[in-house]
Amino acid sequence: MSTFHIEDADRPHAVRLAITWVILSAIAVIAVVLFIHYPPGDQTIQGADQASTLLLLTAIAAPVFVGVVMMIIYSAIYFRRSGPELVDGPPRLGNAPVQVVWIAGSAIIVLFLAFVGISTLATNSSAQTVPGQSSATATGAGSEMQVQVIAQQWYFTYRYADYGGVETTHLYLPVNRPVELHVTSLDIIHSFWAYQLGVKADANPGVDNVFHVTPQKTGSFQVRCAELCGIWHGTMADSQGQVVSQSDFDTWIAQQQQDYAAIQQAVPSYAPFYFPLPLTKGS
Amino acid sequence: MVTAEVSERRLAIPNNPITGLLLAIPAYFFGVWLGNQFGLIDDQNTGVILGYLFATAAFLIGVGFLNYPLERLFGWPVSPVSQADENRGMGRFFRLSLDHKVIGMQYLVTILLMLLIGGIGAMAIRTSLLSPNSAITPPGQYIMLIGLHAVMMIFITSAVIVGPFGNYLVPLMIGAKKMAFPRLEALSFWVVPPAAIILAAAIFWGGFPTGWTGYPPLSEQAGQGMDSYIVGFTLIAIALVTSGVNMLATIITMRAPGMTWTRLPIFVWGIFTTSILGMLAAPVLAAALVQLAMDRTVQTSFFLASNGGSNYLWQNLFWFFGHPEVYIFILPAFGIIMELVPHFARKPLWGYRTGVVGLFGVALLSWFVWQHHLFVSGIAPVLRPFYMLSTELISIPTGIIFLVTLGTLWRARVWYTVPMLFCMGFLFNFLIGGISGVYLSDVPTDVTLHGSYFSMAHFHYTIMGGEIFALMAACYYWLPKMTGKMLSPTIGRIHFWWMFIAFNSTFFPLFIIGILDMPRRVSSYDPALQGLNTWVTVSAYALFGSMILFAANVIYSLFFVSRVAVANPWHARSLEWQVPTPVPANNFDRVPLIVAGPYDYGIPNARPVADFGGMVGAIGGG
Repeated sequence: MSTFHIEDADRPHAVRLAITWVILSAIAVIAVVLFIHYPPGDQTIQGADQASTLLLLTAIAAPVFVGVVMMIIYSAIYFRRSGPELVDGPPRLGNAPVQVVWIAGSAIIVLFLAFVGISTLATNSSAQTVPGQSSATATGAGSEMQVQVIAQQWYFTYRYADYGGVETTHLYLPVNRPVELHVTSLDIIHSFWAYQLGVKADANPGVDNVFHVTPQKTGSFQVRCAELCGIWHGTMADSQGQVVSQSDFDTWIAQQQQDYAAIQQAVPSYAPFYFPLPLTKGS
Repeated sequence: MVTAEVSERRLAIPNNPITGLLLAIPAYFFGVWLGNQFGLIDDQNTGVILGYLFATAAFLIGVGFLNYPLERLFGWPVSPVSQADENRGMGRFFRLSLDHKVIGMQYLVTILLMLLIGGIGAMAIRTSLLSPNSAITPPGQYIMLIGLHAVMMIFITSAVIVGPFGNYLVPLMIGAKKMAFPRLEALSFWVVPPAAIILAAAIFWGGFPTGWTGYPPLSEQAGQGMDSYIVGFTLIAIALVTSGVNMLATIITMRAPGMTWTRLPIFVWGIFTTSILGMLAAPVLAAALVQLAMDRTVQTSFFLASNGGSNYLWQNLFWFFGHPEVYIFILPAFGIIMELVPHFARKPLWGYRTGVVGLFGVALLSWFVWQHHLFVSGIAPVLRPFYMLSTELISIPTGIIFLVTLGTLWRARVWYTVPMLFCMGFLFNFLIGGISGVYLSDVPTDVTLHGSYFSMAHFHYTIMGGEIFALMAACYYWLPKMTGKMLSPTIGRIHFWWMFIAFNSTFFPLFIIGILDMPRRVSSYDPALQGLNTWVTVSAYALFGSMILFAANVIYSLFFVSRVAVANPWHARSLEWQVPTPVPANNFDRVPLIVAGPYDYGIPNARPVADFGGMVGAIGGG
């Protein structure tokens, strides 16, 4: 048992399976690379990263899936009882080399995936920083544009720290400029999900949850709530998010500042988060 | 005469669930009244919670849980509920019984009824999603439905294998006459019906809006329906702890002579590992629920950021329970698959010790992964790589389960019975469920997939496609022993293929729907996805139909055609098949001496699994 030894009776099965597996896996990998469109697209650098990670995962998963399904089908065809009599199979209790190879193989795949995931986190700008430790202030205009996402039952509003903290009802972002999103909530937990931007960040009351995003293509995007937040959770969505050119953005934000000037007097000054509203029960 | 007094006393108050219900109703109103006396706010939460607790206690007293302590306290003769021989006849299924076989059957019927209710909830949800804009079900009713469906299903899946099959089979498989703590075992069953009733009572308060996760502050904002969630879930936590302690004590101390750890059937190992998880994880849930109840009643603020608390506390406590909880579902299912395959492949379990290590590996790693539910919640980013790695590591022990199963099938002469078909279906479904889990463990892709229908499809593939398929395999395999009747294999085959195709047709499109950005738990969605959702709904109806076919098969086979099961219809070696059918009240006339492993198929000169010391065996009968 302890030496790697293929019995004669095993060999035809092993050869047949190995050849079929290589062929089918190659077909499957080519198919998943060429013919599947991976979300969320390439509107932002982060979204493109997610799409390529999805592609990588699928390309690795395809041979695993093909191999196991093939084993299931193969044993259903070749390892079935032929006659009416019950026949005992060969009494083999295990095979240490096969087990070692299987476990080592799965460990290598897993560690490789973890390595890829961790290095993506470590290197790209989608790495999220520690909540509550940002330098977001009303005047803090660093290299990244500061945008605050405020969730409440049942809509999102946005404040642009670099533009006097103006609060808007739709999210507009300039293209090719890194954005630091500060997500917070006024009542309960929501989750800000901008699908095409590749951003999902929970909005917690009293917490400043920071995400980074860099749009690289203009176009519209969809905003939804991704955490159950009460009866109108399903309608907490906005399809009018836009990534626009810097000049269009400047025009738009100036218009917003003008439109909401009166309201701006009433809203509290820009802060990392706001004191949550007291809860009312049974609402 | 003392005995006459006792029998009169027992006549005066018959102990059964009807008495329990009759006591529970006034107890509930007393609790509500009492709570309203000192409730700090005017919305009855204190009263409702106390009402449920008093009603549960009264129900348990009515069923007869207080008799034994009182009898011992006052020196009365112990009433005969503890003697298995008196407890025969159909009536035993409707009373407090300390016979593990009766408790197993009680569990099975109760949980299958709950499964029907949960399934009807799922059909209502899918019906609602025929319309993309809440035209069929108003949003308030919709989130009530998803909450009830989710929590009911969690109740069921926590106990659906350990409860019926663990209680019935573990003593038979290890050669014991009973469980270590029969009263504890009975308690772990009798809290389940009150939990289900209390949960269903949420309907009268308009349900609760939080799904099964109960995230505060939403759950603190919610109305009195939330109190059903708190009390019902606490009762299930009690069931998990009591059953876990009992199973562990039984498996460790009650094994027959010769039943060494390496001769233990692998299903018992599945129960063993899941019991460790249940015993250790459920108290964390109970603690969190008590905190939530205090926040809602006596105005503490454990989870309220506005008063200095943190909702992260709930998220961590809940998922610290919640992730081991999903392995509580699946470990006994792994046990069933690895148990059944050798018997039908007629081969020894390939790599028995490796399989046991795999079960323990899953159980151990399940404690280190819970924050993968919080990747986008704003936890410290330095934690993410660790939880990503630990989550992906779980693929290794899970892969071992596949290795052991496929290795057992290798060059076997498999007898494709209905249970075996369900085992193969399990392998296919759980493979998809497992692979999709890797997508969710990876932080960059989780940002896209978290909270979408992708994750919903993932856990339905593992729980419904995994655990429920294993449950079906177990039903077709063990019900002949438990009921004495064979289920119709013809209907069984139709049932398998119907359920397998309908299941995949229902849940595979949900991966696509999730990737196309539909969040979970929404009643209104992008109209572009209506076509796919309609397909899913129609498939879900077909899936429900397959479950109805299963129920029809059980009823038809048990009551209309009597295909009496022989003692060992599958010609299996393991101990539970060597006892007569129906199983005698004390299981074994004499404690058997175990002399061989349960899977020694094809080994030359293999001995029968046990020496029954003169008992007329049933080896190979039929």
